[in-house]
Amino acid sequence: MSQHTQPVFDPSEVISFNDAMMEKITAVIKKFPEGKEKSALIRMLHIAQAEFGWVSVPAMNKIAEILSIQPVEVYEVASFYTMFHLQPVGKHVFEVCRTGPCALVGSDELISYIQDKLNIQVGETTEDGLFTLKTAECLGGCGYGPLLQCRNQYHEHLTPEKVDALIEQYKSGQIQ
Amino acid sequence: MKNRRLLLEHIDVPGIQGIEVYQKQGGYDTLTKALKNFSPDGIVEEVKKSGLRGRGGAGFPTGLKWSFLAKPEGVPRYLVCNADESEPGTFKDRYLMEKIPHILIEGMILSSYALGANTSYIYIRGEFMYILDILEKAIAEAHAKGFLGKNIQGSGFDHEIIVTPGGGAYICGEETALLESLEGKRGNPRIKPPFPAVKGLWGCPTVVNNVESIAAVVPIVREGGDAYANIGIGKSTGTKLISACGNLARPGVYEIELGVSVEEFMYGDDYCRGIANGKKLKACVPGGSSVPILPHFLVTKTANGEDRLMSYESLADGGFASGSMLGSGGFIVFDEDQCIVRNTWNFTRFYAHESCGQCSPCREGTGWMEKILYRLEHGQGNLRDIDLLEEMNKKIEGNTICPLGDAAAWPVAAAIRHFREEFEWHVNHAADAQKRNYGLIQQPVVA
Repeated sequence: MSQHTQPVFDPSEVISFNDAMMEKITAVIKKFPEGKEKSALIRMLHIAQAEFGWVSVPAMNKIAEILSIQPVEVYEVASFYTMFHLQPVGKHVFEVCRTGPCALVGSDELISYIQDKLNIQVGETTEDGLFTLKTAECLGGCGYGPLLQCRNQYHEHLTPEKVDALIEQYKSGQIQ
Repeated sequence: MKNRRLLLEHIDVPGIQGIEVYQKQGGYDTLTKALKNFSPDGIVEEVKKSGLRGRGGAGFPTGLKWSFLAKPEGVPRYLVCNADESEPGTFKDRYLMEKIPHILIEGMILSSYALGANTSYIYIRGEFMYILDILEKAIAEAHAKGFLGKNIQGSGFDHEIIVTPGGGAYICGEETALLESLEGKRGNPRIKPPFPAVKGLWGCPTVVNNVESIAAVVPIVREGGDAYANIGIGKSTGTKLISACGNLARPGVYEIELGVSVEEFMYGDDYCRGIANGKKLKACVPGGSSVPILPHFLVTKTANGEDRLMSYESLADGGFASGSMLGSGGFIVFDEDQCIVRNTWNFTRFYAHESCGQCSPCREGTGWMEKILYRLEHGQGNLRDIDLLEEMNKKIEGNTICPLGDAAAWPVAAAIRHFREEFEWHVNHAADAQKRNYGLIQQPVVA
């Protein structure tokens, strides 16, 4: 259960999805039987987040409109699943696994190191808007910890040196 | 013991992710033959004979689960693959899907044929989006070769596989929460009965199976159920993927024949090669974070002094008093420097975070336990807290719709059962406990 996020609400804003997004969304909806289109909802949220970096209320309203469901049906789902950022985040979101097996191999120390390195606390974004640091519960890479996820990529067996290099690679655009 | 691999046999063959190489290694031959030589019920029979038990954690016999599937006329039936792998300590399904996706696809088609499902779904945790891409590519390849779509290999059987992601919620690994999520809703588990076999996805009869269980159908049909049942020990038949992690010299995913000794698995050259950095073993959680922790003297031996084996029965030997469970095969090892109080707090924080909030005992109880354990770990606890945790445990366990409540209660109960003196030390030596760890607990001397 997502406990720390409140949707940022600006009811006046109207958002439109570009053609590439709509193409993906149409393809996803088609996968499900007629009348069961709501099954596409979670994937649509992923598509919106990949495009905008986070999921805003106007984006959720747009999804509701496409699926012909009530906006609240989208809000309640988006706020349940921890992957969805309901507030603006930095360009790159580091989600560091903090659960047991990763803690045994140093995830607590890793989180402290990244906090110091980026000069932010967990949940914050750097002033230049490049990095947000979050913690995550078990990311399913227990044998390869400590690790973090950034978008679709896992970065595993992390050390302070590797984190330094990773941050540079994101800054220089070497990793998108 | 020479280890036999059925799922990972070809894992090291370059290009095995792609269908061409997979077929060169005999991939899809089993499906092609089965569609000619087996009736759907014939495959169910083989799976029953194999003794295969659900590989997601519960260990329920897969063939029996299949036989419960209702088959009303004119109502579609579904197979749903549970790829929401998120039990802390478990990363085997990710490995299998990433490295050899076609064995899952072949298993999905075989299983769907057996169950009479024309559409099946793979529900994969949202964090594994890159694996979703791998699976969709594999599905497209299988389509192009005529293993999916209409009239597969001239059998008259039609089948489509759809992959769909979750959004980050441990609870969706529970099968009814998974179905809710697959319907585009919050992952709140359903009250059972009705079971998914009668009313599952969109109210239709549905079988939900773990990735590894479905993949295992391929070697079962290929070798025959009896041959599969000959591998392993007793009612723990076949092979099992074990995700070994924590303070091990060589963590990773291993396919074992069930029945190999814990000693050999943990220290053997073919497996984990002992504790990392030459340290001593302190404790082990052998089946994912939800199962009871074992102190070092109960890991390789049972309380009766017999060799502990990697099997459903042997790991459970002694019940909760001195045993644990095979669970999902998430084998988490703790070295002598680890703090049991800190780890118990960590795991409880996980369950508090992942409780769906539907049942009060779990929603409130996991949060309270987390706060108390935080207190104990940070030198602010008192001795009554330890008893309080035990009391709360009993009020959560068995009082919730789904097993997440039990999963949250068991690790705390087991940690206190075996490591009570370490908890007490945290209270009585609070300042010390912040600086150093307690070390190994001694094996009780039986008079």
